[in-house]
Amino acid sequence: MSTHSLTKASLRAEGLPRRRAVNRAMELVAWLAAALGVAILGVVVWSVARRGAGALNLDLLTKTPSVAFSLTPVKQGLANAFAGSLVIVGIATLMALPVGILVAIYLNEFARPSVRTAVSLTLDVLNGVPAIVIGIFVYGLLVLGHGQSGFAGSFALACIMLPLVARSTMEVLTLVPMSLREASLALGVPRWRTTLSIVLPQTIGGIVTGTVLAVARVAGETAPLLFVSSLAGTSLSWDPHHALQTVPVAIFELSESADPADHTRAWAAALVLLIFILFSSLGARWLATRTTRRLSTSR
Amino acid sequence: MQRPNDTSTIERSVKVETHRQPMPPRERLERIFAVEHLDALYGGKPAIKDVSMDVYKNLVTAIIGPSGCGKSTFIRCLNRMNDLIPSFSQTGSIRYHGQDITDPGVDPVAVRRNIGMVFQRPNPFPKSIQDNVAWGLKVLGLKDNLDERVERALTQAALWDEVKDRLKASALSLSGGQQQRLCIARAIAVEPDVVLMDEPASALDPIATAAIEQLMHSLKSEYTFVIVTHNMQQAARVADMTAFFSISRGEEGQRWGELVEYDATEKIFTAPSDKRTEDYVTGRFG
Amino acid sequence: MSSTEIAPDSTRRPFTGRRVRFGDVSLQAVAGTAAAAATFLVFLIAYKVVRGAQPAIGKYGLAFVTRVAWDPVKNVYGAGSFLFGTALTSLLALAIAAPLAIGIALFLTELAPRRLRAPVTALIETLAAIPSVVIGLWGILVLGPILRDHVEPALHSALGFIPLFGSPSSTGSSIFTAIVVLTIMILPIVASISRELFLGVPRDLKEGALALGTTRWEMVRGVMFPYARGGIAAALILGLGRAVGEAIAVTQVIGGGLGIQLNLFATGDTLASKIASSYQGAQSNIQIASLVYLGLILLVFSLIMNVSAQVIVRRVARRQGVGLNRGGLG
Repeated sequence: MSTHSLTKASLRAEGLPRRRAVNRAMELVAWLAAALGVAILGVVVWSVARRGAGALNLDLLTKTPSVAFSLTPVKQGLANAFAGSLVIVGIATLMALPVGILVAIYLNEFARPSVRTAVSLTLDVLNGVPAIVIGIFVYGLLVLGHGQSGFAGSFALACIMLPLVARSTMEVLTLVPMSLREASLALGVPRWRTTLSIVLPQTIGGIVTGTVLAVARVAGETAPLLFVSSLAGTSLSWDPHHALQTVPVAIFELSESADPADHTRAWAAALVLLIFILFSSLGARWLATRTTRRLSTSR
Repeated sequence: MQRPNDTSTIERSVKVETHRQPMPPRERLERIFAVEHLDALYGGKPAIKDVSMDVYKNLVTAIIGPSGCGKSTFIRCLNRMNDLIPSFSQTGSIRYHGQDITDPGVDPVAVRRNIGMVFQRPNPFPKSIQDNVAWGLKVLGLKDNLDERVERALTQAALWDEVKDRLKASALSLSGGQQQRLCIARAIAVEPDVVLMDEPASALDPIATAAIEQLMHSLKSEYTFVIVTHNMQQAARVADMTAFFSISRGEEGQRWGELVEYDATEKIFTAPSDKRTEDYVTGRFG
Repeated sequence: MSSTEIAPDSTRRPFTGRRVRFGDVSLQAVAGTAAAAATFLVFLIAYKVVRGAQPAIGKYGLAFVTRVAWDPVKNVYGAGSFLFGTALTSLLALAIAAPLAIGIALFLTELAPRRLRAPVTALIETLAAIPSVVIGLWGILVLGPILRDHVEPALHSALGFIPLFGSPSSTGSSIFTAIVVLTIMILPIVASISRELFLGVPRDLKEGALALGTTRWEMVRGVMFPYARGGIAAALILGLGRAVGEAIAVTQVIGGGLGIQLNLFATGDTLASKIASSYQGAQSNIQIASLVYLGLILLVFSLIMNVSAQVIVRRVARRQGVGLNRGGLG
């Protein structure tokens, strides 16, 4: 501190103590904000882990929920929800992935700049449509008059995945060096073949990353499924022609229940969902940095 | 060591214009910086080693040398600009009016308040011309006679006549040379003691360069300038004192910059005492 | 193998040429169809939602938007109450989240020690990845009771003279809980966009400010904020859009309710939460159409917010792109 008084003697600085105090205060606010953000994550994850871990056992994944009035309270699993989530998210991925990649190829390799701008704005708009509105839309399109089904749920989730997959594929496509395309075209390889067998393989890492992130995102989506695939029975079913229970919808319903035993199962299911999402996000991030590094060094 | 006897090559390669006043003897000059045994390192690797030199008040001091010799590193040590680079460290001392500004207890904000800087590339803020100059004044609390201060700074930077009718226009609408003069106005508006210039003309055309050199010449009665330049003619034109930095190589391929020779500009360009300086100023190297 | 197909055999060249063109055209056609389908999807969503709301639009007209009523017995419906709830929750959530998010972004770009930057950035982005149903579960079972027992009484006794801080809720489900939950959900979104914006501020400009002898905060306020202003506006709009559209977590914690009251500790509903909470109970066609009408209002809001945010982002990106190119020339 004595050095600071020395400072004042020869270094002129108007109002510095006050300005330095303001700066310190603002820096402190930023530190606290970051600490708060991390703390919120920690508290949420810790709450889920602590409450869910107790109920997390093989029964949760393999047994179906007990029917109402059942006298055997042991069968308290959510196997039907996990099966339903697998089926619905799987089919949604099969729907969204090829279309998303094709959209990205079209925008990046073929479209005129004006078309590109317009369509990518549309994709952003689609990405911004609230999930609950997607649910209403699919309800009106596929459910009204036909009844709920796993397929309808998959379509709803695919609507959410499509812009995510397309966007991430476009991002890696732009990283593929133009010289690579030119080298292939100069050999006389036609453009479609260049695109599919030279350009696209370069982007596999990025596409996988984008897909994993999109799957992680829709695996936790509840709102689009409420109107579309929620009125499901408690028995285990893999048939997407009928409404299927899913993990997020199950958590939603159990969280509204008054029975603490239901809450426990909700925490356990949330823990499984959270573990899946955290691991796939981390894996995807790791893959993304790898792909990006490889593509940008090869340039 | 072999010395060339043909000194005329030196005179041909660098024309020393002598429109400056003869320099007073060094004992009568006031020392503003006393740099002693300065080492500067990035990530543990030395960028400059063992630099010792004095900088005198109301003179223009030029730092010349080949690229990679640590000129910019050195000048950024003088106002603690290197603090912004996380891997940076330094040893030795830089006494400014007798106070060691490398001391961690010294607030770099106070240092930079007194020792301003103009950068290689013009970097006007995305604000109006007027606000570019006025912003620093406002932040530093120099709010009295704001308009006058702005006008004076712009006049000193030889920009006032060109911009007085469009002070509210964006600074980005100015040409490169005008932007750099605006940055000089911004730096001198807050009335620093020293102005450091890190290759201020390297991105400019000859006319803008001449304007900036003229400006340094006319302002040096009020300020002390330290200018880094890779352009020897420029150093010869503007500087009273010139320091020549060169690259040294270690046995394992390390490179660092060091101060080879520091003397009156005229001496450096006409009768250098070190062979490396001579090779450089005669264009045989770098 | 492709080289054999287009071997320099003059007799085969026209044939090969046609095949090449055919492959190109097919790929372009298939990819173009996909792009057209994606675009069509957006219009189909809008069309289907408008069609679904048609009975309610026909019956109630635009008066529906502001009417405060939701009575399945008398079949009188209106969006007024939910519109108010949506505005109250999302605007207050944004007001709390915005300074925190900007603080986090400044921490990540300017203050954090190098070693902390990547992990804290990853943690903040992980927060964004937590599904809303999990946040909602935590909100109703953990956060709600804490707010009810500790925060709400404290706020009420200290600031009770302001109508916003009325008598505390009885269950922990309240508009206030919804605001906190929404804040948590939009915080990481606004923070990561702002972080990218701050990273885009040229080093030249920051050094130029600091070289004048300004403190870091003065540099942030005087140079970084003005530079990133447009982008931050877009980030805030996107965060607001996310808050407006969030259905599940809000449904779980807001408690449900009708009417316009300022007490944050009362229960309420937003447009999205009303739709989500009615998913099983809707009886009459007109009630379903009214729910879809709520969805239509939501869709219009989200379209306006997203398009305006994207337009701002594109404009900023273009400006910064130009700035970078100019820098590269110098």
